[in-house]
Amino acid sequence: MKESKEELSGYLRRMMDIRLFEEKVMELLAKNIIKGASHLYAGEEAVAVGACSAIEEDDYITSTHRGHGHCLAKGGKLPEMMAELCGKATGYCKGRGGSMHIADVTKGNLGATGIVASNLPVAVGAALSAKMRKTNQVVLCFFGDGASNNGIFHESLNMAAVWRLPVVFVCENNLYGMSVAAKRCSAVQDMADKAKGYDIPSMICDGMDILDVKETIKKAVERAREGDGPTLVECKTYRYFGHSRSDPRAYRTKEEEKEWRNKCPIKQFSKKLIDNKILTEEEIAQIEKQSEEAVESAEKFAIESPYPDVKELMDDIYAPSPADLLNGGAIR
Amino acid sequence: MREITFKDALVEAMQEEMKRDDNVLVMGEDVAIYGGAYGATKGLYEQFGEERVRDTAISESAIAGAAIGAAITGMRPIAEIMYIDFITQAMDQLVNQAAKMRYMFGGKTTVPMVLRTEGGAGRCIAAHHSQSLEAWIMHVPGLYLVMPSTPYDAKGLLKASIRDDNPVVFIEHKMLYGMKGEVPEKDYIIPLGVADIKKEGSDVTIVAYSRQLHVAMEAAAELEKDNISAEVIDPRTLKPLDLDTILTSVKKTSKLVIVSEGYKTCNVASEIAMLVTEHGFDLLDAPIKRVCGADVPVPMSPVLEDAAIPNKQNVINAVKEVCQ
Repeated sequence: MKESKEELSGYLRRMMDIRLFEEKVMELLAKNIIKGASHLYAGEEAVAVGACSAIEEDDYITSTHRGHGHCLAKGGKLPEMMAELCGKATGYCKGRGGSMHIADVTKGNLGATGIVASNLPVAVGAALSAKMRKTNQVVLCFFGDGASNNGIFHESLNMAAVWRLPVVFVCENNLYGMSVAAKRCSAVQDMADKAKGYDIPSMICDGMDILDVKETIKKAVERAREGDGPTLVECKTYRYFGHSRSDPRAYRTKEEEKEWRNKCPIKQFSKKLIDNKILTEEEIAQIEKQSEEAVESAEKFAIESPYPDVKELMDDIYAPSPADLLNGGAIR
Repeated sequence: MREITFKDALVEAMQEEMKRDDNVLVMGEDVAIYGGAYGATKGLYEQFGEERVRDTAISESAIAGAAIGAAITGMRPIAEIMYIDFITQAMDQLVNQAAKMRYMFGGKTTVPMVLRTEGGAGRCIAAHHSQSLEAWIMHVPGLYLVMPSTPYDAKGLLKASIRDDNPVVFIEHKMLYGMKGEVPEKDYIIPLGVADIKKEGSDVTIVAYSRQLHVAMEAAAELEKDNISAEVIDPRTLKPLDLDTILTSVKKTSKLVIVSEGYKTCNVASEIAMLVTEHGFDLLDAPIKRVCGADVPVPMSPVLEDAAIPNKQNVINAVKEVCQ
């Protein structure tokens, strides 16, 4: 492996952070400490961490309704994440967004969205902006197999292809759009095939193997940076929990779940690191312990944080405008 | 002062802002080589080139979405949706993304974009090319809504919209593009949320905007012959709405008629009427009257189309009823 021990341990730590964070969220949902809906990323960790390790800090990502992993992989902090999920004032979005709307625009995370497929054109616009401002930034646009059946997927790929924009479309194919299997609702099973209609290259990688994801995305990122336009990368993956907490998972078998559990990206990567004598079992246990402590400390921070002040309900709907542009007394 | 058309005033506003700020770009269907379906981007492509004036595919959702992505990362896009009837295709991006991002993300982003579109009846192009859907936009927190009625207002308001840090929907009436009016060559701004008293009067207040402002003005001229003095107010921007100017006028006249080309049910006029009721019920001597478009898909046939939207006589009748 060409990465340093430090880098590789960092990837493992990030994936563990995501897994333990999601397990904690499940627990807090059950206790009704977290309200509302949360779509958990457990099982898909290698995609977000692998993809984000292939870009630079000032590059952009757009996320999805299943976006906790993307946020953490892009450098998001566990306490602010957990506080946001709990609707607290200290969260990334001051508790206004919750699970489905986490963004950290200053860190290049242009946000999650509650509407499937709706961030594809936003990613295209960010790539247009990067190109026009000549910043050499690229955009990683995460979305699921379900989103690739939505009309805006096609509008977005077409626009990015025509304008040769620096965007990598990262399809997380976890086989299901909520309960409906891709084989029951998509005309093709390799979502990468959909790139053909837009004359852009596509690649398929093992979404359970972080290094495979990283290498594949890296090629697409290099292409984008060189001005050669977008690529569609499909990562074959699986979500371990149901679509949301109320999902009994009647649409898939226990055998299938077990099969994918055996491909766990964290277990696989840990084994590889041990086999290659990069980390010892003890070192891995130590990393897991650090993750556990970090998640627990995030939980504590979130629970102890105050709720937003109700007086702030109507703040930030509009950006402030200078007086010469706006009559401040008008009704909005 | 020189007179230019409404569409040339729009072109001039974009020209000036594109010169002033390299981050302003124009994108949409037929906006570049063709110059816009109604000529409102004519010459921009020749002047600024294909990088900043971009023809797109017929992809309204991607046009709006890409404008948002560009806006939150440092650009100031002007996206054109050729007819407001096609805005249905872009509504997810506009309503769920542009309008909400700043708030949802804890006030940590801005979406400085203008979505220019064209609306209204008058050209016999039927139900998919003639609607007035501004009430949908006005309903959504997070969007501004601008609807100018004159070339002068069009230029000053478009420039303010481009400079503002919020998503602005800017609706131009298809029957106004060729209208001429005085427009200064200099750089000037009309702030959002400032109504304009287009005609002073003392007996009744008529609020009207976009093309219907002119219908109201014709009605007001005719009412003078019957010794009814109407004050005509053009809100110019429906969001933010300059309610103070409307209330000040109603305080003087005690009577209010509101004119809008949109479908009557849940019309912009309904909201203005309710606001006046809430804030100025005691000022009123008569029930407020609405003169609106009929609740019908706009038909093609000229006689039917005319019957589906307000005309001068409708406004005169409404005024006479409240002035009885």
